[in-house]
Amino acid sequence: MIVSKSIAGGIRLVVAMCCWMALYAPPGLAQVTTEILYLVHQRPRPPTLSNLNTPPADDGLQGARLGIEDNATTGRFLKQSYALREVIVPPEGDFLAQAKQALAEKSAAFIVANAPADDLLALADLPETKDALIFNAGAPDTRLRQIDCRANLLHTLPSRAMLADALMQFLVKKRWTKIMLIEGPRADDKAFGQALRKSAEKFRASITAEKSWSLKADMRRNAAAEVPSLTQDAEYDVVLVSDEAGDFGQYILYNTWLPRPVAGSQGLMPVGWHRAVEQWGAVQLQNRFREVAKRDMRARDYAAWAAVRSVGEAVTRQSTADVQKLAAYIKGPEFKLALFKGRALDYRAWNGQLRQPIPLVHSGALVALAPLEGFLHQTSDLDTLGIDGPETKCRPN
Amino acid sequence: MRLVCLCALAMLIGASGPADAHLLYVSNEKDDTVSIIDTVTLEVVDTIEVGERPRGVTLSKDKTKLYICASDSDTVQVLDVKTNKILHDLPSGEDPEQFALHPDGGLLFIANEDDAVATIVDTQTRTVVGQIDVGVEPEGMAVSPDGKWAITTSETTNMAHWIDVEQRKLVHNSLVDQRPRHAEFNADGKRLWVSSEIGGTVTVFDVERKEEIKKISFSLPGISKDRIQPVGISLTRDGALAFVALGPSNHLAVIDAKTYEVKTYLLVGRRVWHMAFTPEEDLLFTTNGVSGDVSVVDVKALKVIKTIKVGRYPWGAEVLPTN
Repeated sequence: MIVSKSIAGGIRLVVAMCCWMALYAPPGLAQVTTEILYLVHQRPRPPTLSNLNTPPADDGLQGARLGIEDNATTGRFLKQSYALREVIVPPEGDFLAQAKQALAEKSAAFIVANAPADDLLALADLPETKDALIFNAGAPDTRLRQIDCRANLLHTLPSRAMLADALMQFLVKKRWTKIMLIEGPRADDKAFGQALRKSAEKFRASITAEKSWSLKADMRRNAAAEVPSLTQDAEYDVVLVSDEAGDFGQYILYNTWLPRPVAGSQGLMPVGWHRAVEQWGAVQLQNRFREVAKRDMRARDYAAWAAVRSVGEAVTRQSTADVQKLAAYIKGPEFKLALFKGRALDYRAWNGQLRQPIPLVHSGALVALAPLEGFLHQTSDLDTLGIDGPETKCRPN
Repeated sequence: MRLVCLCALAMLIGASGPADAHLLYVSNEKDDTVSIIDTVTLEVVDTIEVGERPRGVTLSKDKTKLYICASDSDTVQVLDVKTNKILHDLPSGEDPEQFALHPDGGLLFIANEDDAVATIVDTQTRTVVGQIDVGVEPEGMAVSPDGKWAITTSETTNMAHWIDVEQRKLVHNSLVDQRPRHAEFNADGKRLWVSSEIGGTVTVFDVERKEEIKKISFSLPGISKDRIQPVGISLTRDGALAFVALGPSNHLAVIDAKTYEVKTYLLVGRRVWHMAFTPEEDLLFTTNGVSGDVSVVDVKALKVIKTIKVGRYPWGAEVLPTN
């Protein structure tokens, strides 16, 4: 049964419940309902040269909805039900004000947030969320896992540092260690560029040339004329592009002066999730998602789904409604979640980041799954990706 | 000399092979074929085309038909093992993955992975006689030897669901470790074994009480715990041994089925899924998904004696006795 009603201010409430759950539930168990608040601040879409890769408006949201459905199917056997409260703030809306309003209407123990880093921090610092558990399913900023970490914040979306490290492992393994980096002009592009530089240093690759993308020309018409000259004056094994909005990166492929592969935000991409991932039973997840959303599952959908499933797993295993107990369990060493990436995943104790393998894909296939064999670590090879314990600057309080 | 014998045997196949030459049927998930292997020559003697994404395979009680879960064709195909021709399809519900035949031979219990249901099909009338809601991604399916219980495991719900066959009703759920893949009853029906792929464990239940009595863990030197992912389980009829396929660790665990101690590990092909014994239980065959081959284990010596190339992504295995 799906009940959905509209509330003023763009707030929607969707409850997924199973009326017949009592049929199967063991006797003596009390009914537990877990509500998860999904908060999204939609991003303005920057103008891009290409109009092929427009992100869907419900990026992330559909993942959270599927997570609720998956939790509910399990919950019906245990007298546990789940509900998702959806608060959608448009690009021009005041995220913090609407979040506060939603929390005033009803407090929330579990929040899945899909919002830029500054919005997320403002939310995490509200007195209303002090005892809540917030899952970051929308901001890849590495600083949220470092100096700007928070005690009430977990991250299911991989950080840019994790993505860059995954890609760099592949380049090093291939011995494509002379890199040309082409960086876009936006803050996100610079952040990913910075992550790639740090990662090159970490894995001993070298960036032999750097270019800033500043061409204003319409690349759909003259990429073949502009890109060769941009990439002419250096030696490199591979070109890395940092263009998160998908503005110009796709025009670099096949247009470089030297015949070299392109990777980064285009070409060979490190991603949290992609439709090309189908190993480890992922086909089932992709199929279920497509049925619900009528489109392919994306990285933010996956992050939101993983967040909702984390809550569901904790409720199932702990059989309690005690939020503090559940939060401690999710963050603790006992927690294990199967997320279709081939192994059990958990959260890093030092900064709340979900440990996870990173698929390296191009538009049509999975190329590799990082961490790659041979990159060793004293405790978990997953910690070769992103911020490891010894380098943490996270001191939450 | 031995080589000459093998060649001679190979030529006899299709005619009236020797008494102990059985046929092993292996479904190749990504080739839409079934490979047929002679269990004496250990060679592929035939490869037949079947429906899309064949996974679970099981023989009819009278050993004249092989049921094949053709997952992407959304059907169970019935193969005549004499002619190796598909006779007809059975309704199966969406995306059938594994199934188990009731000991009376009539009812087939099917796990429908994409639909969170278990479907009961009457193989005689070729009709669906029941559907039961279970957890997310049901995969493993087993029916107890006395025919009382059907068990399905749901991968994302992390439960073994107990279905009362007579009432056709789900009556109990047992939470197990992450991503349960396979369920298997022992020969006397007193124990139920369930493997958890991501949890990395096998849970043994007392069937009478429906209670967990043992959780078995595995460890292999030099192999990360993450890669030890239990999937298929095969138990010897005498109740002495259990073999557990450990997926991407490329090993089988051999377990003392009485003490639940792991006796040894055997190196097989890459990403080992499921297994099948010969009727004499002298040989055990494993399907190795990633390397696309079948490993042959000498059960007495606990040694891998041969690897046989089959199609892409071999998944299910079943032996047709010819004596």
